[in-house]
Amino acid sequence: MRRWENPAGRRLVAGIPLAWLAVLFLAPFLIVLKISFSQMRLAVPPYAPLFAWRHGLPVPELHLSNYSFLLSDPLYASAFLYSLKVAAVSTLVCLLLGYPMAYAIARSTPSRRTALLMLVMLPFWTSFLLRVYAWIGLLQNDGIINNVLLYLGLIHRPLVMLQTDFSVYIGIVYSYLPFMVLPLYATLEKLDESLIEAAADLGCPRWRTFWLVTLPLSSSGVLAGVLLCFIPIVGEFVIPDLLGGSRSPMIGQTIWMEFFGNKDWPAASAIAVVLVCLLVTPIVVYQNQAMPAAERD
Amino acid sequence: MRKLSAFNLLAIVLGLAFLYLPIVVLVIYSFNASRLVTVWGGWSTRWYAALIDDAPLVESALISIRLALVSASAATILGTLAALALARFGRFRGRLPFAAMIYAPLVMPEVVTGLSLLLLFVAISVDRGFWTVAIAHTTMAMCFVTVIVQSRLVDFDMSLEEAAMDLGASPLRTFLEVTLPLILPAIAASWMLAFALSLDDLVIASFTTGPGATTLPIRIYSEVRLGVKPEMNAVCSVMVGVVGVAVIGASLLAKLTGARGASARWRGDGPPIRAIGP
Repeated sequence: MRRWENPAGRRLVAGIPLAWLAVLFLAPFLIVLKISFSQMRLAVPPYAPLFAWRHGLPVPELHLSNYSFLLSDPLYASAFLYSLKVAAVSTLVCLLLGYPMAYAIARSTPSRRTALLMLVMLPFWTSFLLRVYAWIGLLQNDGIINNVLLYLGLIHRPLVMLQTDFSVYIGIVYSYLPFMVLPLYATLEKLDESLIEAAADLGCPRWRTFWLVTLPLSSSGVLAGVLLCFIPIVGEFVIPDLLGGSRSPMIGQTIWMEFFGNKDWPAASAIAVVLVCLLVTPIVVYQNQAMPAAERD
Repeated sequence: MRKLSAFNLLAIVLGLAFLYLPIVVLVIYSFNASRLVTVWGGWSTRWYAALIDDAPLVESALISIRLALVSASAATILGTLAALALARFGRFRGRLPFAAMIYAPLVMPEVVTGLSLLLLFVAISVDRGFWTVAIAHTTMAMCFVTVIVQSRLVDFDMSLEEAAMDLGASPLRTFLEVTLPLILPAIAASWMLAFALSLDDLVIASFTTGPGATTLPIRIYSEVRLGVKPEMNAVCSVMVGVVGVAVIGASLLAKLTGARGASARWRGDGPPIRAIGP
């Protein structure tokens, strides 16, 4: 069997993207790691070098102060916990909303399936920023939802919805729902319907069929969808910044504030390092789960 | 033929209503004559006329489009090379770290990507502006390109390429005359995705931009932070219209040419994480 066996060509094809990512993805992250161990100073750039030169020899000046600072100030711990809570709750809501949608799309006729998938994807192609912005007009005190409810006489004074946890959840669920529907659809579409029919023929009630057959068979899609939502939501910046209140910032906003507001680059870097470590854990767990399945193929 | 149960139908209708309600409301209110964003003052196109006269906004839009053209093209080339390496080179040494490096940016929070790239640009003291944002967007988008093109490469029959090479075609010629035409729909789809990602990005651009390179999202963000503005409603509607026409046009084109580009795209947008395994 002949393959792509020209060594020089292979090195070029793999080497160019590898070099690009090494310089522009790996190296920048190592710089973040480095700066997280250095001290802030009022200069350009606003951090001290890691090595001090004494008597012609480099003396390392590693500081864990940024990390101990993160631990000592409850602001950071609460920002991390709040981000994890928001991500967990909104991922769950996305799953509860997305599963019936994905299931219904997978069960419709093939021609309709393409159109429905297209409809789910179309908002994803339009600007994320603008879709979040659209919710401001809907949720604000004199916004459209309040006006409609007042007009219908269901409420007598406007509900405060904007700049609350509620508006953050709405914005996040709204933005990430397609990311849940697509992987769920991909697994549900492949699901062998005769298994469900068999369960029904054997007298299994529909909800039990769902619980015992459909759900377990779609677990890989559920896991992929949960990760695709949970991981980016933890680091989300735009949605809590536009829709949320100022009292409880998420961790993405904290990095932004430390960097642009306080100009504390070492602290921002330390938060970024902790955030990445936090996000790598579920991926590694997922990898270990998915690996045996991949090897069976 | 399968029929949808009432519950399934309800799930689809409510789900789509939720996805489209804000967009529809936004478009309707962009035609509102009143400056008060919540009071309906009759139909008008005055906010669209105001957009054309807003020179800084138009300039930002042009910068964003140029940026998206440059970074989508660069990302498509780099991402396709990486996809070829992953899909066609078998189990070469260093494949796992290579794959990890490709997939890691996909799950990296934008704030961290932006921060780290800025620190790199500061460390090597590059003047920030259009080109630093272009480089940042290329890096972010190329990994999405790889996932989409790779899924297409894995899908199609490798014996076509083997036949070409057995008949004496060089790898380069095989790629240009056999592989490239076959993966062209996926390449086109991923270029569009890279374009949309660049056009939409606020966070990474905010970190890596410099004077004279205020992109459209940065401009919009600074306006909408302070609340709803009718001009912004009009900007949104224009963008929604352009994207809608482009996506529907592209999928019709894909259907007409009989290519499976659309289906490759759906799969590509699926779970990228699933593909990390060796």
